[in-house]
Amino acid sequence: MSALLETENLSIAFGGITAVDQVSLAVAPGQIHSIIGPNGAGKTTLFNLISGLYQPSGGRVKLAGEEVTGLPPEQLARRGLSRSFQNLQIFFRMSAVENVMVGCHRHERTGILSHLLALPTVRAENRNSREIAMAQLARVGLADLAEKEAGSLSYGALKRLEIARALATEPRILLLDEPAAGCNPVETEEIDRVIHDVAKAGIAILLVEHDMRLVMRISDEITVLERGRKLVSGKPDAVREDPRVIAAYLGTFGSEEANRA
Amino acid sequence: MERLLRNRWALVLALALVLAALPLVFPSNYYFRVAALVNIFALAAIGLNLLMGYAGQVSLGHAGFMGIGAYAVAIGASRFGLNGAVAMLAGAAIAGLLAFLVGRPILRLKGHYLAVATLGLGLLISMALTNEAGWTGGPDGMAVPRLELFGTRLRGPDTWYMITAGALVLGVILALNLIESPTGRAMRAIHDSEIAARVVGVDVAAYKLKIFVISAVYASIAGSLMAFLNGHITPDGTAGFLRSVELVTMVVLGGLGSVLGAIVGAAMLVILPQALTIFHEYEHLLLGLIIMASMILLPRGVIPSLLARLRGGGA
Repeated sequence: MSALLETENLSIAFGGITAVDQVSLAVAPGQIHSIIGPNGAGKTTLFNLISGLYQPSGGRVKLAGEEVTGLPPEQLARRGLSRSFQNLQIFFRMSAVENVMVGCHRHERTGILSHLLALPTVRAENRNSREIAMAQLARVGLADLAEKEAGSLSYGALKRLEIARALATEPRILLLDEPAAGCNPVETEEIDRVIHDVAKAGIAILLVEHDMRLVMRISDEITVLERGRKLVSGKPDAVREDPRVIAAYLGTFGSEEANRA
Repeated sequence: MERLLRNRWALVLALALVLAALPLVFPSNYYFRVAALVNIFALAAIGLNLLMGYAGQVSLGHAGFMGIGAYAVAIGASRFGLNGAVAMLAGAAIAGLLAFLVGRPILRLKGHYLAVATLGLGLLISMALTNEAGWTGGPDGMAVPRLELFGTRLRGPDTWYMITAGALVLGVILALNLIESPTGRAMRAIHDSEIAARVVGVDVAAYKLKIFVISAVYASIAGSLMAFLNGHITPDGTAGFLRSVELVTMVVLGGLGSVLGAIVGAAMLVILPQALTIFHEYEHLLLGLIIMASMILLPRGVIPSLLARLRGGGA
């Protein structure tokens, strides 16, 4: 199975600090690849590099074998890469279904003049986008809330709304930045199910998540970052047992807790 | 009630009925003139609201585009012998082109920076209209030849009321169509989160530019209609800074992100100064107080605040 997304020695420096330092990883279609590491390890920065929000100072990103390094996010979206955000990025004044309909944008073909005139082609396209959006909402379990204004939804629902919106772009790879953060156990269960379902559909998933039980349960592969560098990469069991990981990652947790106690 | 207000065809129909019924109660030409001005400013405010209320991009220089529309019909007819309608379309094209060229660099700016940059654009247009006295008559302005359509000269406030009412209904339909389209969703998305819009494939810069151009064309058409109605135009009266501020006030007062709100805001700012003249020297004081009271009592603008209240009351 060839990789859908590859990074080669991807790096970025802010001032004198190298936030992401020569990180190489690969994700195959249908694979769930998790990035873990202590706070400040560069996980979200890596996501911002891959999704085109930051320009790398070194290294390359390849999507389906094509080099896409430095392309802006909207062009990456058109090539099949979408993402969710750690801090919610929701269109609060639009309804839930409209939020997801924006995700259909890259498949909409009608021009602005036809929009002004509301030509039949536009009405058909609106209906089509709404259908796709409803299907994606159902997929994440939010069909009942479709017409609610997004600003009125619960935190857990908004987390899933972001996933539905990203799925509406019909991505080949989906980057999920802490999808379960702030969610209760029931919502986490639901997100677990959604991620599995998405991977089963052949979409590659790159996941940043702090819920270790979730990560160990669903990941096919885990990459551990520490201070911007790749520390270890491998199957969940191997990573869990790796002494370097225990020292760097779990050790930090242990010492933090020891400090607090 | 709320569903009715949200249904675009119900809104258009209601507006058309009101606009058609008003002449039945107008006692004099003066009323037609004021109502025509309401229609004209409502048209400009709807365009500006697309930019400000829906796409979330401010413009403090939008009267500049009104000025272009106004002077296009005046100069087009008097200097180039163009038919007024043709000159109006030419003016809209020039305003759109200028918005396209200027929009590219300045729409990269955000918030206050964009506000000041658009303010500069408005001042520039107004200054050009004042200084190019050979073409525009300078600060004293110039006369606008009457519009001639199908061999008849269009004159009289009642005629212009009808024409501007038609233009307003058309402008409302186009705006509502746009809002409920892929472009509309993209621009509303940009307002709430540019970054989220980008990662789902929305070309943010391209959409800001499109909306800027559309709103400039709305303003230009409104400016042309104002020139025809008044028969005489000045740089300050069409493109001046105070005009730009007036347009922004209409949008905010009536309600950002509400087409109906833009009409209500325009009606308030056109009718109130006329109605308050009976209070003589207290006119401006009262106008200011009413605007302040309206913003305090209806902080999201007249229409959105009333809608929210209806929703709250119904639930």
